[in-house]
Amino acid sequence: MYIIIGGGGDIGYYLTKNLINHGHEVLLLEKGSSRYQTLSEELGPAVLRGDACEARTMEEVGANRADVVIAVTGDDEDNLVICQVAKKRFNVNRTIARLNNPKHSEIFYKLGIDVTVSPTKSILSLIEAELPSSRFVQLMTLKSAGLEIVEVRVPADSPVVGKALRDVNLPRSSNITLLIRDKEYIFPTAETQINSGDDIIALVSREGEDELRKAFGTME
Amino acid sequence: MKIVILGCGRVGARLANMMDKLGHDVSVIDFSSDSLQRLSPDFQGTTFIGNGVDEDVLIRAGIREADAFAAVTNGDNRNIMASQIAKEIFKVKKVVCRIYDPIREETYRELGLETICPTIVGAQLIFEAITDKKQK
Repeated sequence: MYIIIGGGGDIGYYLTKNLINHGHEVLLLEKGSSRYQTLSEELGPAVLRGDACEARTMEEVGANRADVVIAVTGDDEDNLVICQVAKKRFNVNRTIARLNNPKHSEIFYKLGIDVTVSPTKSILSLIEAELPSSRFVQLMTLKSAGLEIVEVRVPADSPVVGKALRDVNLPRSSNITLLIRDKEYIFPTAETQINSGDDIIALVSREGEDELRKAFGTME
Repeated sequence: MKIVILGCGRVGARLANMMDKLGHDVSVIDFSSDSLQRLSPDFQGTTFIGNGVDEDVLIRAGIREADAFAAVTNGDNRNIMASQIAKEIFKVKKVVCRIYDPIREETYRELGLETICPTIVGAQLIFEAITDKKQK
């Protein structure tokens, strides 16, 4: 695949190295001259000095034959324009944007960006998951389907403790996919009994999330 | 009418003063309080300090009730993003976006934004002044 990456910060740099190791043809665009110098010593011809927002630059690097354009600068407005120009002028099939402000995810989606990744949001939920007090953690969002993958730690006072899964009143748009008990995984069936301290991995629609929290007694 | 202006540089401040004088309800947003000093001392509208691509800031400035929105910061991409938010999310009827880069301007005009490119307009006027003729 031919992949163009806009923005040579830490994310752009490691992403470029990684994708090259995976055998892809990668071109990284960085507009700052001193940063470009540093990057070019490491990456050689895989990095070029230029602004990925500029249609002329994108034309020079052959954006019209790119399979993917990834925008990972530190500014959301730049990432938006990089992806929109790639799509509109060069018919790039897949555009991926880094979001610095997680609130922008809906806007980017509405404006036609295929995939958004928010490091801020990911870091927040990773840290949340490691806090001893967390009972309900969003692990991942499946944006196109409007689903979340969540982890629930069953509290001792939860109404579901001791119940079989079939007797738990779950929202219709949810599915308990995995149970982790004492570091062992269990693929649950309707008969599986829930214990206090179990970690439950569930798929749930955004609308069903509150209902799921209520069912497990993890509403804050 | 109610207008929200993003960017209080020379153009933004002048536009705000013009609209204000005509009795319109004007809100101006800028990153820096220094820029807001450009407004005339008898400016009657409201000013907001903040990031114009942040929905909350736009809502505080009254974008939901706005009849018009103008993006005139010195960043093309910021103007583009803010204008699209105004148009697509808040459904503001009249959205005008300033873009300095002629190529980007063309792209976003084709995408349906109402754009103004001062680079093209300025060069054309200077060309006409020098050659004394109108020519495309």
